[in-house]
Amino acid sequence: MAGIAVLCEVQSGEVSRGSIGVLEEAGRMGAALGVSVDAIVCGSGLDDAKLAALGGFGASTVRVADDALLASGIAQPVVDACATAQEAGDYRYWMAAASIMTADAMAGLAARLGAGIVIDAVELHVEGGALVTRRSGLGDSVLAHCGFVSAVGVVVTRANAMAATEGNGGTAPVERFAPTFRAWSQAVTLVGHEDAVETGPDISAADVLVAGGRGLGEASGFSQIEELATAFGGAVAATRAVVDAGWYPYSAQVGQTGKTVTPKLYVACGISGAIQHKVGMQGSGTIVAINKDKNAPIFDYADFGIVGDLNAVVPQLTALVKARA
Amino acid sequence: MRIAICVKEVPDPTAVKRIDDGSHRLVRSGENTLNPYDRHAIEAAVQLKEGPAPDTEITIVTMAPESAGRSVDRALAQGGDRSIHIADEAAAGSDLLGTARVLAAALKRESFDLILLGQQAADSECYVMAGLVAELLEVPCITQAASIALADGSVTVKRQVETGYDTVKAQLPCVVSVSDAINDPRYPPLPAIMGAKRKPHEVVTLAELGIDASTVGAAGAATSVGGLSKPAGRGDTIVLEDDGTAAEQLLAFLVEKKVVA
Ligand SMILES: Cc1cc2nc3c(=O)[nH]c(=O)nc-3n(C[C@H](O)[C@H](O)[C@H](O)COP(=O)(O)OP(=O)(O)OC[C@H]3O[C@@H](n4cnc5c(N)ncnc54)[C@H](O)[C@@H]3O)c2cc1C
Ligand SMILES: Nc1ncnc2c1ncn2[C@@H]1O[C@H](COP(=O)(O)O)[C@@H](O)[C@H]1O
Repeated sequence: MAGIAVLCEVQSGEVSRGSIGVLEEAGRMGAALGVSVDAIVCGSGLDDAKLAALGGFGASTVRVADDALLASGIAQPVVDACATAQEAGDYRYWMAAASIMTADAMAGLAARLGAGIVIDAVELHVEGGALVTRRSGLGDSVLAHCGFVSAVGVVVTRANAMAATEGNGGTAPVERFAPTFRAWSQAVTLVGHEDAVETGPDISAADVLVAGGRGLGEASGFSQIEELATAFGGAVAATRAVVDAGWYPYSAQVGQTGKTVTPKLYVACGISGAIQHKVGMQGSGTIVAINKDKNAPIFDYADFGIVGDLNAVVPQLTALVKARA
Repeated sequence: MRIAICVKEVPDPTAVKRIDDGSHRLVRSGENTLNPYDRHAIEAAVQLKEGPAPDTEITIVTMAPESAGRSVDRALAQGGDRSIHIADEAAAGSDLLGTARVLAAALKRESFDLILLGQQAADSECYVMAGLVAELLEVPCITQAASIALADGSVTVKRQVETGYDTVKAQLPCVVSVSDAINDPRYPPLPAIMGAKRKPHEVVTLAELGIDASTVGAAGAATSVGGLSKPAGRGDTIVLEDDGTAAEQLLAFLVEKKVVA
């Protein structure tokens, strides 16, 4: 029976931890289904000896597409590589850990194959000889049990949902293959890249994080967030919305595309609580939310929520915290 | 230049959410509204029309029940020139692939230079429609655009990735989904709201698009929902409305929990 393919993403020369977590989970699913699992790796100048180590995380074969077109993190050439791998491997399921590139690549692959796609799966199960995912909906208030009707099923798992272990040290054979690239897949080119620069304190190490979102209204709103963070002896975090808008540096971004943090205290100010933000901070010890919209999803996963104007609450809190010190 | 914007009607994010136990579908009773993320795509198109591409026609495209007309009007008021509304009972229950098939069929009938989408739908939070539609149309795709520039028949986009910011470029036609940080959508003035109804509205069926109804909707769904369960919650949440003492109560809570010394 056809098996499982896991698209393993290479970022800065290393297979991402998220991809390895999904590869291991795929291994458990493969065992329950009685099928094998292949790791599919796309990139340029890849080191086969290093990739063989994916065998220690459940891959029976590591299939590698190495081409300059796969070097820039653009998704569509990766769709072509996966489609070529599908022709040879006849996989029943494709899996990937969510990232900017993999979600787009899996979407393209699903469209190409006429395959059903489930995004943001948080659990995988085998039921009745088939893969059934759990996908949360409505701001994580329900888990839908999504399976596939199509011959091939594509799953993108939620960032951080599947933790990687250290593996068993095994190796797997590495096989190279040449993708058939389509014209439109080569039409997007990378013309520039700005590396994320680390500025300010390392937010992953802070005990207290005070985070600001678009509810701050403008860039200058971050000054009150900084004051509260200083009063707590902590650091400042931010959402993608405000980082993209240039209100705060990228290195403070928490979430799917940013950092994963687990401070003792996380104070979210003017943050709606989108899933992609949540995945980066839900492991925090105590979560506090200050938001003027009582239906904001952030309240669904806070320990203490204040429905109110942050411009009133944050300065009061800063004064109170300072007074205790 | 011809820009199409795919917009979705979603349950009002401020309304109480519920999934029907029988059908496992989102209950769409109560107020529906234009997906807030799609307003950024409309604003992006309007800014291109106001700036580098004044001869632009903006077409709003949606797949939704007939009752979604109000959201279409809302999108037109914000800057659309005309709308294509695919309304067909056989499209109900479409999953991501089915929705993409319908949208792609509608987009294929005309030659659009730029097809814009929102970063995600507020109800499904899926963020993959752009990738699905682009592949079905066999055109380049750029997602999560934080800025868009046009020059010489190509589009240049700055977008956030895990390692920083990429600037990518593609020849038109191209599918682009925009991040919610790309702009601050303006609220349409009253005359624009009044005028939206008079703009050309085209309501089409699956048959008119040449779509085999068995490949979309509930009948053609490639995924199935077999059950629902409750996720493990975080436990008790204390939520209070600020009456001027919330900061004090919060600090007392943090002290009691020994989070603050
Ligand atoms: C593939 C992908 C990856 C992503 N990665 C990330 C990521 O890494 N990190 C991330 O954060 N996001 C990420 N996002 C974006 C995410 O989906 C949201 O768009 C983003 O988190 C929203 O940021 P926000 O909460 O600041 O803004 P909004 O959603 O606009 O929320 C602002 C909130 O402020 C409240 N507010 C307004 N005024 C006040 C006031 N005076 N007082 C109190 N409250 C007020 C409002 O009620 C609202 O709830 C990603 C999205 C995608 C599709
Ligand atoms: N039924 C629909 N009709 C038109 N556009 C849609 C529809 N569903 C999704 N979209 C578009 O796809 C984007 C992402 O949606 P999703 O991938 O479902 O979260 C939305 O912001 C819309 O631009």
